[in-house]
Amino acid sequence: MKLSIVYNVFMRDFRKQRKRIILTLVAIMWGTMSIMLLLAFGEGLKQQLTKGSRGMGEGIVVVWGGQTSIPHAGFGKGRRINLHEEDIAYLEKSVPQMIHIAGEYIRWGVSIRYGNNILSERINGVYPEYREMRVMYPQFGGRMINQNDMDQKRRVAFIGDKLKDRLFGAEDPVGKMFYIQDLPFTVVGVLKHKIQTNSYQGMDEDVIVIPATTFVTIFGDPYLDNLVYQLHPEDDSKAVEKNVYAAMGAKYKFHPDDEQALGLWDTVEGEKMEHQFLLGIQIFLGIIGALTLLIAAVGVANIMYVSVKERTREIGIKMAIGARRIYIIAQFLMEALGITFLGGFFGILITYIITEIFKRIEIQSEIFNFMGKPTVSLDIGLIVALILGFMGFISGIFPAMRAASVNPVEALRYE
Amino acid sequence: MIKMRNIRKLYNTGTVQFEALRGISLEIAGNEYIAIVGPSGSGKSTLMNLLGCLDKPTTGEYHLSDKLVNEMTSNELAEIRNKEVGFVFQAFNLLPYASAFENVELPLLFSGVPGKIRRRRVEALLKRVGLSDKMENKPTEMSGGEMQRTAIARALANNPQLILADEPTGNLDTKSGGGIIKIFDELHEAGHTVILITHDMNIANHCHRIIRLKDGLIDNGNGVPSGEAAPN
Repeated sequence: MKLSIVYNVFMRDFRKQRKRIILTLVAIMWGTMSIMLLLAFGEGLKQQLTKGSRGMGEGIVVVWGGQTSIPHAGFGKGRRINLHEEDIAYLEKSVPQMIHIAGEYIRWGVSIRYGNNILSERINGVYPEYREMRVMYPQFGGRMINQNDMDQKRRVAFIGDKLKDRLFGAEDPVGKMFYIQDLPFTVVGVLKHKIQTNSYQGMDEDVIVIPATTFVTIFGDPYLDNLVYQLHPEDDSKAVEKNVYAAMGAKYKFHPDDEQALGLWDTVEGEKMEHQFLLGIQIFLGIIGALTLLIAAVGVANIMYVSVKERTREIGIKMAIGARRIYIIAQFLMEALGITFLGGFFGILITYIITEIFKRIEIQSEIFNFMGKPTVSLDIGLIVALILGFMGFISGIFPAMRAASVNPVEALRYE
Repeated sequence: MIKMRNIRKLYNTGTVQFEALRGISLEIAGNEYIAIVGPSGSGKSTLMNLLGCLDKPTTGEYHLSDKLVNEMTSNELAEIRNKEVGFVFQAFNLLPYASAFENVELPLLFSGVPGKIRRRRVEALLKRVGLSDKMENKPTEMSGGEMQRTAIARALANNPQLILADEPTGNLDTKSGGGIIKIFDELHEAGHTVILITHDMNIANHCHRIIRLKDGLIDNGNGVPSGEAAPN
């Protein structure tokens, strides 16, 4: 077999049979593109939702005080259980699975003022651990509350990015002074924007965060509003929960099974649910993708198959004037490879162009907040193009092989 | 040049078996000009396809230029079809999407002739059949006579000794047909062996020898069809 012969004939036919070849090429391109885009947007959505659910922090459990509902150790029911500062160290010691634990004070409707701008806002007294646990990272040029602020009970504040806009407008607030109930505070940092889809007291973008020690000094709260601890997402949060109830029950003398004694919100469980949900979406998109692939494959096969009659005669003519069998088959192979390569290449290229455009245009809309940025998977594109090319090849090669294996007379007679 | 001995061809279409050739023997020398005639179904085309190596006989021996054709591999047959036999069909069998030039070029592509020589040769062939001004025309842009002349040019591409034509004028009007027959006359004069199938007794009588077929056998005119063809 001379490769140059196959190549010469192939190049000529390739130019001549433009319509069929362009149709096949477009089918492969379209299939590759639609499946890649589908999965790219699916992946973007998944990443966005995952990021959103992590906006509050990963593996977070929130505990607050309640009332006992089971008589225990000589006490009746209905007794109020409050959380104290010392519980932080106590739980850290008795429940070792916790990565971080911190307390939190909350006060709503506190009047704050900057210049002539007066607002009524929520103030949180927090610990420095909050930075990592609750993903409270500062924008460039600022910082979060630290241990020194705690130790020296400094009047410093870390503010949410949306609140910053309302209070300071376009100004850079870091280092500026503002008033919380007529007490001057210095802004040390602004929250770096994050996407948060769940919360237990309001969004972090709207909060003013000050050191817990400063909070107690000003407002005099005797009890913690919340205890917040963080687990590894893989940890068994239910077991840790039991330990927390047992430890606190031992300290405050309530029954370890008394679920009313402490309020508890376990986001780890929620995250598991959400994970299932996202997996569901991905399976759904996968099924749609597979069906799209099937349609594209049928399209490719159809184009190839429709041309069988014409091509069988063509093969007969070529054989009659001296083409060897292998030339015919090699030509089909080259054609399939060429079409797959070009169709796949353009499909992947267009996908990249579309997703890049999506990434570049800044649309400030709630919808796009949820949709996220499409994330292309090159592997999937290559696989799809190969499958479609293979389908086209299969649907073309069998009639071609049949035509090439019979006598030229029979191929010429084919109707 | 051609020696056939007791050639049989059996078509097996699943349920029906049909013997198109029932034992044909004939000899054809170099530079003969032969017409094959006979009623429909007498086996003319089958014989022609066997002569042109487009098909293999079921039994019998076929020697072409001292080579035994019926034992050749498909590649060897392709080689013969490409270089030693030029076949002209009634239905022209040109590639519909290719120009006259490209159709004539095809056999040269398969024999691996380099591009420059190919171009010169194709141009000379099309000139020879009187189509110098139609080289870039596609079959749909040509008349029947022009298509058949393109097909003849294609058959001549590798300058084969043997030219076979299966009713070359069957799809043409008398005038175009006459032009085609003239080309065959010229080819015969140039030293080719020309064999053609025809229904037209004027054309048949114009040839130097007539082979009559009837029911898959050769009819020598003595009322007893037999396998043996009368000598020239």
